[in-house]
Amino acid sequence: MTTERSVEVTHVSQPATTPSQTVGPFFALPGGLPWPDGPELLPPEAPDAVMLRGRLSDGAGEPIPDGLIEIWQADERGGFAHPDDPREQSTDFPGFGRCATGPDGEFWFRTVKPAALPTPAGETEAPHINVTVLARGLLDRVVTRIYFPDEPAANAADPVLSGVDPARRDTLVATATVDGFRFDIRLQGDDETIFFAV
Amino acid sequence: MSTDSIGKPSDRLILPKYERDDASHPALDTPEYFSTSLRSPLRPLQLLPQNLTEITGPVLGHERVGETDHDLTVQHEGEPLGERIVVSGRVMDSDGKPVPHTLVEIWQANASGRYRHAGDRHPAPLDPNFSGTGRCMTDENGNYRFVTIKPGAYPWRNHDNAWRPAHIHFSLFGRAFTQRLVTQMYFPGDPLFYQDPIFQSVRDPKARERMICEFDLDSTLPEWALSYHFDIVLRGSQATPFEEDEDDDDD
Ligand SMILES: [Fe+3]
Repeated sequence: MTTERSVEVTHVSQPATTPSQTVGPFFALPGGLPWPDGPELLPPEAPDAVMLRGRLSDGAGEPIPDGLIEIWQADERGGFAHPDDPREQSTDFPGFGRCATGPDGEFWFRTVKPAALPTPAGETEAPHINVTVLARGLLDRVVTRIYFPDEPAANAADPVLSGVDPARRDTLVATATVDGFRFDIRLQGDDETIFFAV
Repeated sequence: MSTDSIGKPSDRLILPKYERDDASHPALDTPEYFSTSLRSPLRPLQLLPQNLTEITGPVLGHERVGETDHDLTVQHEGEPLGERIVVSGRVMDSDGKPVPHTLVEIWQANASGRYRHAGDRHPAPLDPNFSGTGRCMTDENGNYRFVTIKPGAYPWRNHDNAWRPAHIHFSLFGRAFTQRLVTQMYFPGDPLFYQDPIFQSVRDPKARERMICEFDLDSTLPEWALSYHFDIVLRGSQATPFEEDEDDDDD
């Protein structure tokens, strides 16, 4: 028995996706991509809320004032509000944040530190946040991951983190601050952040 | 076994897998587009496995879309200047499945080629009746529709006398982190294509064509607006195990 589809398939050929193009310099026009509540995954009074701050910079070390940072993550119990997560669970946590960088290249989110996650291979991924970076001069988004400094054992066992060049591994680990964490993103240079193909 | 995390360690996860289509996408390092020189990462990308964080993604709903967000010609007191157009199409994945109930965001210059953005220094007039931003959700069949004004071309100083072909910026989420796409829609037959390093950054001519909408006389609004059709194809996941479970239990 085949799966029934209510819609006819219009193209039968090789996978042929629509190409990516740069977000350009003008996505932050009034009413554009940045949302007023974009950086706030949680209200200030939420008990587990942490501040995640960072700076986006270029190959000359200069701040990038026209970038857009998006994060996607599980909640503090490892839950995603998403139908493709096969685990029995539910959460009200939105998991998604969006923040345009300021004139100083800075971005911020009010969020929660996520829990570790199981993988199909039976391993455990250390707590992490997925990050999309969009900017003028980036023809496609670039993707990185934020890991946490207070999880040395989980980080050491993480299948992704343990697979990257040890000399550059620190670029994926946030640093602790008084009210949360800091994660700077360097698009280029000697201390270039590790970026991923997904 | 931890009691405060979800799922038993013994549960075997079966997740969809989203196919890559690297040949269709521009290289980050495209020197003809000068802004890439200090911004494109120079180290090779590391392959990220598609686990729970990658195969899920934000489920953004109607709360993000206001009543006039899909019609950029009625967002102000008066009507914007320029050529009214309808831009509609279907969001689907590369397996041909529609992507229903997903947020589509657009932004664009006005008919004169000027963005309502403090950083736009092109000395062309702003239009008090045009913001240039729109949002809508795809319907259950993946269809979306905007009413807007055909944007003008604009100069951008990348190289001597550089002009961007007319375009509308699109942002899409799909249903998974892997499917996130930001692109630009172009118009058929634009004489500026040949000199535009952003359009040309897509090396495969067939892939470039997928960024060009089709003029569609049949769906024009007679005596009112011309119409363009633009389908957007995100990465496919093949059939997911969950769908097979629902439809076919004995195989
Ligand atoms: Fe543009």
